[in-house]
Amino acid sequence: MAEIESGGGGHKKGGKKRGKKMSTRVDFTPMVDLGFLLITFFMLTTSMNKPKTMEINMPVKEPNEIDQTKVKASQAVTLLLTGDNKIVYYFVNAVTGDPETPLITNYDYTNGVRPMLLQENRKRNPVGVDSIPIYKDMFQKNKIKEDEMKQHIAAIKGFKDGLIVVIKADKNATYKNLVDILDEMLICNIGRYAIVDITEKENELITLANATKPAIN
Amino acid sequence: MAKVKVPRKSTTVDMTAMTDVAFLLLTFFMLATQFKPDEPVQVVTPSSISQIPLPDVDIMNITISEDGRVFFDMEGKQYKEKLIQKMGEKYTTTFTPQQIEAFSRLSSFGMPFKELLGFLSLKPDERTQVKQVGIPSDSLNNELADWVWQARLTNNNVRVAIKGDGNSMYPTVAQVIKTLQDKKVNRFNFITSAESAPPMQ
Repeated sequence: MAEIESGGGGHKKGGKKRGKKMSTRVDFTPMVDLGFLLITFFMLTTSMNKPKTMEINMPVKEPNEIDQTKVKASQAVTLLLTGDNKIVYYFVNAVTGDPETPLITNYDYTNGVRPMLLQENRKRNPVGVDSIPIYKDMFQKNKIKEDEMKQHIAAIKGFKDGLIVVIKADKNATYKNLVDILDEMLICNIGRYAIVDITEKENELITLANATKPAIN
Repeated sequence: MAKVKVPRKSTTVDMTAMTDVAFLLLTFFMLATQFKPDEPVQVVTPSSISQIPLPDVDIMNITISEDGRVFFDMEGKQYKEKLIQKMGEKYTTTFTPQQIEAFSRLSSFGMPFKELLGFLSLKPDERTQVKQVGIPSDSLNNELADWVWQARLTNNNVRVAIKGDGNSMYPTVAQVIKTLQDKKVNRFNFITSAESAPPMQ
């Protein structure tokens, strides 16, 4: 204790005469006040959550077009990000090589782009995609190590006939749209995707889709 | 009848324990606090479920504001001193030691190189008055590319973090990405704020 007992201690008669003892108690109240004031200040100014980051790997730029990787038509979906938080997406016909009718969707996670991506991804890699949650569950129950889980998941995501997503944004899209769609790639366990420049033909597809307004999904 | 005397008890409470706790918390918060440097522009980053924390060292920040201006910043005082000298050599400009010192203390900045000299000569409180126009990053005059390149020459391990406002338009972002790719930076990070992950799919 920070206090020293002084005085009290019963009555002694005829004891030695001592000098009057001063109390050694200090009033702590102002110090505590100050302490809590400073705590309040620091608590309010501290931001505890550090910013998170998303890693992006772009392919090395190939100067001549022949060296560029060609995407197999049947396994790719092209997402065109446009204004008003809309996504126009289309598949390429495997036989003719022409784009099929573009469809419009949005970033809604219950009936927007997410169910579509999940469904398409599962269709192409049913065994792999369904086992990702199992691996994650096993890791949480400490049955496998983190490295092991990551290795398995990376193998599934790298499946060569799996879904490939080509992301193209037009001039009306915002940065948030891009981040949101990259987030969907993480959520839907899509390992292979690329951010590519939009072409003039695809701008026309967006105009076409906006004009015909096909039903969502 | 004799009066019953109630013994008076002291109302003093021992504050020592409370003081101890208060100062322990105070110490914790003082050490945990990092004061934000003065940013020339407020940026609201979009959120993502990504959980990778942003490293504190070896990082250069490219900020894209809502209206499409581009700002640059690099972590580490010693690197910034070297960086400004290298940029000075490239643009045949010499900086006084005071200006180099001022640059190394600067947080992110966004202006063409020729305006930087005058900006660094200003007093710190005068600098906040200056309206920064952003670093030119178009194909005609791409100073951002020089900053990125010289920053990589200054510090080999540097990583690029892009901090964009959610409402900035995609073409500006695409221009920055293209600049980075031209300078052979194919790996970079988007700074986002945290968001809870959806239930497992």
